Amino acid sequence: MIAFWILAPLMVVCALGMVVSRKAVHSALMLAVVMVSLAILYAAQDAPFLFAVQIIVYTGAVLMLFLFVLMLVGVDASDSLVETLRGQRLLAIAVGLLFAIVLVAGLAQVTVGAVVGLDEANIDGNVPGVARLLFSNYVFAFEVTSALLITAAVGAMVLAHRERLSAKPTQRDMALQRMRDYADRGVHPGPLPGPGTFARHNSVDTPALLPDGTPSELSISRVMRARGTVRDVEADRAAIARVDDETNVLRGGGDR
Amino acid sequence: MSPTPFLVLSALLFSIGTLGVLVRRNAIVVFMCVELMLNASNLAFVTFARQHGNLDGQIAAFFVMVVAAAEVVVGLAIIMTIFRTRRSASVDDASLLKY
Amino acid sequence: MDSISSLLALIIAIPAASAAVLLVGGRWTDRWGHVLGTLAPIASFVIAVLAFLDLQAGGGEPLQQHLFTWIDVNSFQVDFDLLFDQLSALFVLLITGVGSLIHVYSIGYMAADPRRRRFFGYLNLFVAAMLTLVLADDYLAVFLGWEGVGLASYLLIGFWQYKDSAAVAAKKAFVVNRVGDVGMALAIMLMFASFGSTSFAGVAEGMESASAALATALGLLLLLGAAGKSAQVPLQSWLLDAMEGPTPVSALIHAATMVTAGVYLVTRSHFVYAETEVAQTAVVIVGLVTLLWGAVIGCAKDDIKKALAGSTMSQIGYMMLAAGIGPAGYAFAIFHLLTHGFFKANLFLGAGSVMHAMNDDVNMRRYGALRAALPITFITFACGYLAIIGFPGLAGFWSKDRIIEAAFNENVYIGVGALIGAGITAFYMTRLMIMTFLSEKRWQRDVHPHESPLVMTAPLVVLAAGSVVGGALLLNNWIVEWLEPVVGVEEHHEALLSPLLITLLVLAMVAAGIVVAFLIYRRDKISPEAPTRVSLLTRAARADLYGDAVNEAAFMRPGQQLTRSLVQVDNRGVDGAVNGLAALVGGTSGRVRRWQTGFVRTYALSMLAGSALLVLGLLAVRLA
Repeated sequence: MIAFWILAPLMVVCALGMVVSRKAVHSALMLAVVMVSLAILYAAQDAPFLFAVQIIVYTGAVLMLFLFVLMLVGVDASDSLVETLRGQRLLAIAVGLLFAIVLVAGLAQVTVGAVVGLDEANIDGNVPGVARLLFSNYVFAFEVTSALLITAAVGAMVLAHRERLSAKPTQRDMALQRMRDYADRGVHPGPLPGPGTFARHNSVDTPALLPDGTPSELSISRVMRARGTVRDVEADRAAIARVDDETNVLRGGGDR
Repeated sequence: MSPTPFLVLSALLFSIGTLGVLVRRNAIVVFMCVELMLNASNLAFVTFARQHGNLDGQIAAFFVMVVAAAEVVVGLAIIMTIFRTRRSASVDDASLLKY
Repeated sequence: MDSISSLLALIIAIPAASAAVLLVGGRWTDRWGHVLGTLAPIASFVIAVLAFLDLQAGGGEPLQQHLFTWIDVNSFQVDFDLLFDQLSALFVLLITGVGSLIHVYSIGYMAADPRRRRFFGYLNLFVAAMLTLVLADDYLAVFLGWEGVGLASYLLIGFWQYKDSAAVAAKKAFVVNRVGDVGMALAIMLMFASFGSTSFAGVAEGMESASAALATALGLLLLLGAAGKSAQVPLQSWLLDAMEGPTPVSALIHAATMVTAGVYLVTRSHFVYAETEVAQTAVVIVGLVTLLWGAVIGCAKDDIKKALAGSTMSQIGYMMLAAGIGPAGYAFAIFHLLTHGFFKANLFLGAGSVMHAMNDDVNMRRYGALRAALPITFITFACGYLAIIGFPGLAGFWSKDRIIEAAFNENVYIGVGALIGAGITAFYMTRLMIMTFLSEKRWQRDVHPHESPLVMTAPLVVLAAGSVVGGALLLNNWIVEWLEPVVGVEEHHEALLSPLLITLLVLAMVAAGIVVAFLIYRRDKISPEAPTRVSLLTRAARADLYGDAVNEAAFMRPGQQLTRSLVQVDNRGVDGAVNGLAALVGGTSGRVRRWQTGFVRTYALSMLAGSALLVLGLLAVRLA
């Protein structure tokens, strides 16, 4: 009871946040909160099996899948909240509000009888109870569901499969192409330098230093440079020099 | 505890999910909103199961979850395919099927 | 007797088969087609003569042959039977006899035509159809032949279809004949509806107990059919135009045989007319009007064939008149029909011979003095001429005289009308003779008249002989007695005027006609061009007494108006409604389809609105 009154406002707020947040990742996180809260509400309503399934399947698998796809798709102009269809937002809010009011009003009119409670149904435990029903009354639906899942898996693979249009280049082809590029356009034929080892943590945001001490542009991803998350090597260098100086002072000066 | 607050919460979540479907353009977010709607209905199922004192409602919620999982797999695969060819995840961009 | 009976079908089958060979065989039969086409009616003629002798020997018992059951639907049964009785016998002999002669003539007449073989195919088709008409034992089978001759007539009038006038004339004949055929078809339907049978015997039996109204209706409908086929007023207009066909066609179809089918029909249906005074009177009136109508037209025409065509109308009017009088006249109608068949075929073939000599010119004003150039044609033509005006002793004298006598016995006015007709006949035929063979030369340049070949003159001679001695059929009142089994016995009237007096009157009229003609055309020089300042009557006669004008004003123009207005209604009303509806649907669709924006979210919004309405409705119902 207390759990409900704590979770319910939280869930509504998070749901609204999911709708209005600009970044899709934030939406996903909001949704995670709603789902976990739902799981708790399931538990509060004598449905421990669904509690577990909600956590594992929804929060665990489905949301992970969402995040995975979000990473693949990346930042997109469609994330913006500017409405492009004329009147769509206004109408959507109006009709949505109407819908919600009508639903709630309807529910308010309903007189619900006494709550039976699941004590009797769960007398052997909730999981055996669900299992007994699932493998007796609902066994056919259950089997059909298995077929649905297999079909969905195969369908996803088919959709995700990319037909190769040209022969896969062999290592020899690639080497020849590299040499041709070098001859024609002077493209560096060797491997690009790795990120800098001038690092204090396991990161790829630090450029490698060239022999003259300048950072190599080629050693870091272009995406990171575009996002401006590349570490400033000069700042690091200065900090390190300062630390070294301090260390030397502590050791008793000048002894390098 | 009376089931009515649960049902009202369910209705609210469902309406919010609907609203999200209508106003968001990012296909993935739209999908999340659909999931929210499904979850809202699950809550109602579970509540009614307790109300009636049998587990059929929970079974129904269970099936909804299974179907939702399958739907997410296929749906996201479709979004990926569209994104790969059109470089866009906006539901408004896929609007060729019209007059 | 049975052996001859079984040959009856051959009379029809031989020309029919020949027509099929000629028309289907195409140009492979070009070389010998005319020979086959000529032999076919001759063969039919031979069989017909054998059957005729058999009929005479058999004491008047009609020959019959059952061919097959044509239609057998519940109570409606039509047998295809052939009936060779005294009436049919005369017709079959006329058709095959005169037909054979005309076929022979056509060999020469059509020699230069590249499509001669096709011409013979059509002629054979006509002969087969005409024989079906007169041999059938059932009105429905008669109708088959009736339509068959109509088709053959259409094909032959339009034989030179590259000439517009010929094509139009053929169409006109066809259309006008359809009007008559409607009457015939309605009569047959009425017979079936009333008597359950369409055979002669069945109808005759049914007529005994039929009401007067039914008899009158049948009689008038049959008269309409007869008028169409026989070019009687008011369906007379096609015959003059039908002269566009080759001359042998005019001789065979539009003088000797087909146009007499109406007389045959009325005579054959004597059991109908016996029950109805009204229809009989109508037949007499139609005959009398046509008689004078055709005669007047014949006086004014400069086209030799059209003048003869007017004469044909007039002579068939005589036959109709006689047939309408009843049992007293049937025999004379048929008698005149036979003699007319001879002398009119003779005249037409003679005219053809003249045209042949004059480079196919038909205008008599450019003839003249052909007596010397065409001696055989002149002599045979003169025989026909004397026969038609009723020169004593020749065929026409006997037959026409009897008809006028019968007319006087019926009614004095009718008799006077027929008498006047005889005078006019003498006038226009004399005029024709003078303009063609006598008077002075008015030939065009480059015209060198020459006598026709033997193949053309031989039939002329035979027909001329027939015209001279045809009256012999009346010896000992033979034809009247011969036809008695078919048409019944003549009731003896108290004669109004003595036969001798009537004969003298007729002869006086004829003489007057001849004298007037000689006075006019011997005294005045005949100009090669038709004078334009002529009397009102001449002008009317030249315009076929305004028959076409009446048809145009009464039927054609209103019909065209109706058609045009219907087209207007169709274009404006029907099409407008249909197109308007289509445009409405199209326009609405064009606007409605804009709702199909392609945006999923718009669709989802409408779905949500629908759901909201649904829930609202449910709530409203629950709470109400």
